[in-house]
Amino acid sequence: MSICETIEKKLNIEIEPLHLEVINESHMHNVEPGSESHIRIVAVADIFSNLNLVKRHQIIYKHLNEEISGPIHAISLHTFSPQEWEERKQETSSSPECLGGNENDNSQ
Amino acid sequence: MSIEAQIKEQITANPILVYMKGSPDAPECGFSSRACQILISYGKPFSFVNILINPEIRSNLPKVSNWPTFPQLFINGELVGGSDIMVELHENGSLQELMDTVEVTT
Repeated sequence: MSICETIEKKLNIEIEPLHLEVINESHMHNVEPGSESHIRIVAVADIFSNLNLVKRHQIIYKHLNEEISGPIHAISLHTFSPQEWEERKQETSSSPECLGGNENDNSQ
Repeated sequence: MSIEAQIKEQITANPILVYMKGSPDAPECGFSSRACQILISYGKPFSFVNILINPEIRSNLPKVSNWPTFPQLFINGELVGGSDIMVELHENGSLQELMDTVEVTT
């Protein structure tokens, strides 16, 4: 199992996320191809509600102690409560509505 | 003095303190570099410890702070977080509020 898969599995069990992304960003760094050294995690979970960012990150670090002290060189964490995630989605989904300007293009 | 006591003293004695890889002039890690850029933007003097040349601090600070990665920012003796948290607090204005609580003595 890859490190990313291990992380995903552990976090799915430990923090029961509503949404979880574990992304290998190692290709952006000066490491050997196929490395899993730079990992980015986006996690949305109920247990983050009412916790400050330090406490949220400490929870994740605690569960990934083995990986962090091993092969991972850098880890980037982005944690949200379900409510924060909803608000964020609304902010980012701001592409304008299609106004139908193409409707005559397919007239054949 | 034990290394833990030394670290605690550093954290208490320096109102804005970052443990980082390299120095603000020559950071040796992208995350430490980003942390310094944010700190410098506030224009307040801050202290730093280069953990690359202080291996004992590097290996013991995570136990003291319950935080395994670097950089680590402390303001008024409290762990603020690593670079991801710094970016987030910088963007939402909370870091400015924290910075405002620091009295600069010259």
